[in-house]
Formats: sequence, C-alpha cells, structure tokens
Amino acid sequence: MSAKSAPRLRDLSSRLWIAAIWTLLGFFVVNLFGIIGAVVTSSFATRWLRSWLPNGFTGKWYLDAWDEFQLGDVLTTTFEVVGAVVVISGLIGVPAAYAMARRDFPGKSLVMLIFLLPLMAPPITYGIPLATVLYQTGAGGTLTGVILANLVPTVPFVILVMIPFVEQIDPRIEQAARVFGAGTGRLFVHVLAPLLLPGVLAALLLVLVRTIAMFELTFLTAGPSSQTLVVALYYAVFAAGVRAVQSIDAMAVIYMVLTMIWLIIALRFVNPTQIVSRGKPTRA
Amino acid sequence: MRSGVPLKARLAARGLDGVTLLVIPALVLLVGLFLYPFFYGLVLSFMPKDGTLLGNYRKFFSDPFLYETIQTTLAIALPVTIVNLVAALPVAFRVRRLQHQRLVTTILVLPITLGTVLVAEGMLNYFGPQGWFVRTLTLLGLGSPSSIRLVHNYWGVFLSLVITGFPFTFLLTLSYVSGVDTALENAAATLGARAAARFRTIFLPLLAPGLAITFCLSFVQAYSVFPSAVLLGAPAGPTRVISIAAYEAAFEQYDYSLASAIAMIMAATQLVIVVAVLMSRSLFYRGPAAGAKG
Repeated sequence: MSAKSAPRLRDLSSRLWIAAIWTLLGFFVVNLFGIIGAVVTSSFATRWLRSWLPNGFTGKWYLDAWDEFQLGDVLTTTFEVVGAVVVISGLIGVPAAYAMARRDFPGKSLVMLIFLLPLMAPPITYGIPLATVLYQTGAGGTLTGVILANLVPTVPFVILVMIPFVEQIDPRIEQAARVFGAGTGRLFVHVLAPLLLPGVLAALLLVLVRTIAMFELTFLTAGPSSQTLVVALYYAVFAAGVRAVQSIDAMAVIYMVLTMIWLIIALRFVNPTQIVSRGKPTRA
Repeated sequence: MRSGVPLKARLAARGLDGVTLLVIPALVLLVGLFLYPFFYGLVLSFMPKDGTLLGNYRKFFSDPFLYETIQTTLAIALPVTIVNLVAALPVAFRVRRLQHQRLVTTILVLPITLGTVLVAEGMLNYFGPQGWFVRTLTLLGLGSPSSIRLVHNYWGVFLSLVITGFPFTFLLTLSYVSGVDTALENAAATLGARAAARFRTIFLPLLAPGLAITFCLSFVQAYSVFPSAVLLGAPAGPTRVISIAAYEAAFEQYDYSLASAIAMIMAATQLVIVVAVLMSRSLFYRGPAAGAKG
C-alpha cells in the first residue's frame, strides 16, 4: 500500500513543500502536547507563577479537588449516564440497524434522513429546543433528562456504524439456520449475536468515549445533581479564581485519564478515523 | 378489488414485516427527542412574550447586541474552517502514504476525544501570559508577555477551534483522500503528470464532493462554538457568538421563546452556508465520484 508510490520526481521545491508540511504537523503536535503537559504539570505544582516550571511538586491537589468538587458524586453520575446511554443506544440502535440493512420499506429514505440529521447538526443547535421541551415536561435537570438528551446523537451513531456491519453478513447464513429449524430467538443467539459482536463492541465503545466527552447536551439539560465530569469541569474553569487553579487542573487530569483509558481500549477495536466519521463505514 | 393474498403477505412483499418493526423504537426516540423539540421550538419562537407573531425575530434583528452575534460567529467560524481545510489537505496527502499512519491519527484524535472544555483549560495555561508558548516566543525574541495576548480574546477562540477542529477536518479529509484509487494517480504519473497536475486533474475533481462535505461539517462545528468562546474568549464582546446569545436567553432570562428563535436563526444561517457550499460544488463537478474507490 505505502510502497507503491508515484515515480519520485523530487526537485528542491517539492522537498521544501514536504518539509513545510511536516513542520506544520510537528508544530501542531508539539503545541498539543504542550497544552496537555501544562495541565498535568500544573496539577502537581505547589506554586507555579512566572517561571518555566513549578517551585515544587505535590499530589495534594487531587485530594483537594476530590473534596471541593465532590468528584465522588460527579463520577457516579458520569458512570450512570454513560452506562445507561451505552446500554440503551445498543438495545435500540442495533435492532434498528438490522432492520435498515435487511429490509426495503416505503419511506426508508425519510427514516434514514431522520437518523442522519442529529449527527450532522451541532448539539447546541438542537440542544436548546430539546432542553426547553425537557424542562417543560419536568425531565430537565434530572438524570433521566441528561440520558435522554445524550441518546439523540448516540442512537443514530450506532445505527449508522452497524448498517454496513449487518450488510456484510450473508443473509443465506440466516436462511440456512431457519431451514434447520432455528426460531428467531435461537437465530439471534447462535448466529447473529456472535457475528455482530465485534461491530456492536466497536460502536458502543465509540458511544462511550463520545458520551464522556459530550459537553453541550449534558450542560444544557443537567441540573446541579446530574452533572457529568466534563460539565463540572466547565463550571470549575468558568468560576476560575474561586478555587486554586491546580485543583481545577487536578480535576482536568482525572477527566483526561478517564477519557484516555476508554480511548485506548476503543482504539484496539476501531480506527481513529471512525471517531470523527459520523458513522461512515470503515474503509478496510 | 381485494386480492386473495393475506394482508400480512402483501405487507411483507413491500418490506413490512416483523423485522421492519425493529426500527420503530429508534424512530420514536428521534421523532420525540429531535423532530418534536425542533418543531416545538419553531412554533414557540413565534409566540414571544409581547404577544406578536414575529416579536422575537424583530427583537433579534433590531438589537445590535443580538444580531451582531451572527457576524461575530461568522468572523470566527469561516476563517477557522478555511484554515483547517487548507492545512488538512496537504497533510492528509502526506500522511496517506505514511507507514505509521495510525500513530499520527491516534495523536490527532486526542484533542477531539478530550473535548473543548479540557483543551480550553490547557490553553488558558499554555497560551496564557506566563505559559510555555508565550515564554518560548519571548525567549526567541519574538515579543514580550505583555504584547502577546492569546487568551481571553478572538485569538483564544480561534486557536481552540484550530486545536480541536484541525484534527477533525484532517481525519475526515484523510478518509476521503485514501478512498481515491491509487491506480488513477499512478496512471497519470506514468503519463508524465507532475504532482501539481495530478492534484488538479485527478484528485480535486474526485475529492470535491468529500471536501464540500468536510467543509460543511467543520463549519457547522465551528459555527456552534460555545465552551471555548466563553472560557477562552471575551464572551461579553468580541467573541459573543450566537450560541452564547441563545444560552443567555434560555438560562439567564428564562425566555425560552426568544432562545428558540435564536436557535432557529442559528440553524438557518448554518443551512444557508451549507446549501451555498453544496450548490457551488455542483458548478465544478465533473463526473461521478464513484470513480473513487469506496
């Protein structure tokens, strides 16, 4: 794949061009690591003003942050929201993807459009009307409201990741199982579930990572007791000056570690490109 | 009139059977939580506090504090999207042939996964007056901490949208670029076309649809910027973007009607740009993109 390159007609200008591109990318990556490194360094700093590095290092900010921001409660809420969103979007999304992949029915393209729109529209745009409706029905500010809001982008995401996955399973396998007398239940347990499992796992891991980091929808629908970690972090940064900056950074590091763990697990099963491609099929 | 075939069989012939019904829970969820709120918001936006039909829209377009948010947001979102796309395209072309492509994509997926809030907190430190970036520039003699202001203004928001937006644009572009059949390029190279010519005559026409979609997706993301505009910008002035106006109307003035109107205006402006981009693409569209290997 990478070996067959076009004939190398490289003169000076094209070499300069290539060097410039790598420099650009390198500059970006250096700054990215600088941003992450600054947060980590600050979270361990005793005092860090007007110098390249802090005066000393300490771990006490993590304890402070844990108490000050009630991180125990916030993390519990985060896990509840993320867990519920992952399970529900799997239960609703996978069967829907199966139906979309296997059947052609009148109005299918309209249904597809309804599934695509929440992935294309930015959360803030549809989040404000959604939060209005949730607040008027009494679900606004509750855990249920946060979970419902987060399902809006994740269910279509699961559907669009799973459709190509279902399509590549030969329908004759299912027909063969039927011929041998398998009912729908056994067909599902013995044939479909094992074949779909890798796809479901990949889709749900991506949902998990996206839901931990989903700021806008949770922010618009969460009340004081239903904040997830990323929203709590926003309020802490927003009210910077009230707390020590190191303590906010300690919270940011906890958030970062939580996200990274799941990202690393997810990347064992999916291609990084899939995290942005809104459910577009993988290019093998 | 009635055929002898039972209803169930007739429905099944049209693709409606037990399996099709599996789509219903997802459909109900999205109709209830996406379409209904949208139309509810649309109707609500025409029922302002003053009782007139167009009160909210009149208020929005007569109050500079409100209508200028459109201009402010466009002034951030359009340049950022263009910068990201222009930078992403050549990088995607180089990374496409890279052995360690996955390493690069993994590093670049980090800021997207970490999200704008964390990036904002990091940038406040890193690009702040005492941060490493400004210190390095000072060391190189390119300015002084008092002359370089990169946070709490336009540039703070701009940079944060580059940090999270460039990887997004890049990864989308990369998936389109690697979808183009290398045989086409190799054939052109064999016939003596240089890199620039290959790009112009092979890649650009094939990539145009993908790049248009990438532009649209990147643009709507940048246009709906919220956390970084508050945390890294000057939310009362130069970076008072439209989502801040909508948020304030809903959660500070509790005027859901006005908030819905602003959300509708936000959606409409996004739609105008997206439609304009997709229409202009058809002007230089030269044949089926199916030539690109999916």
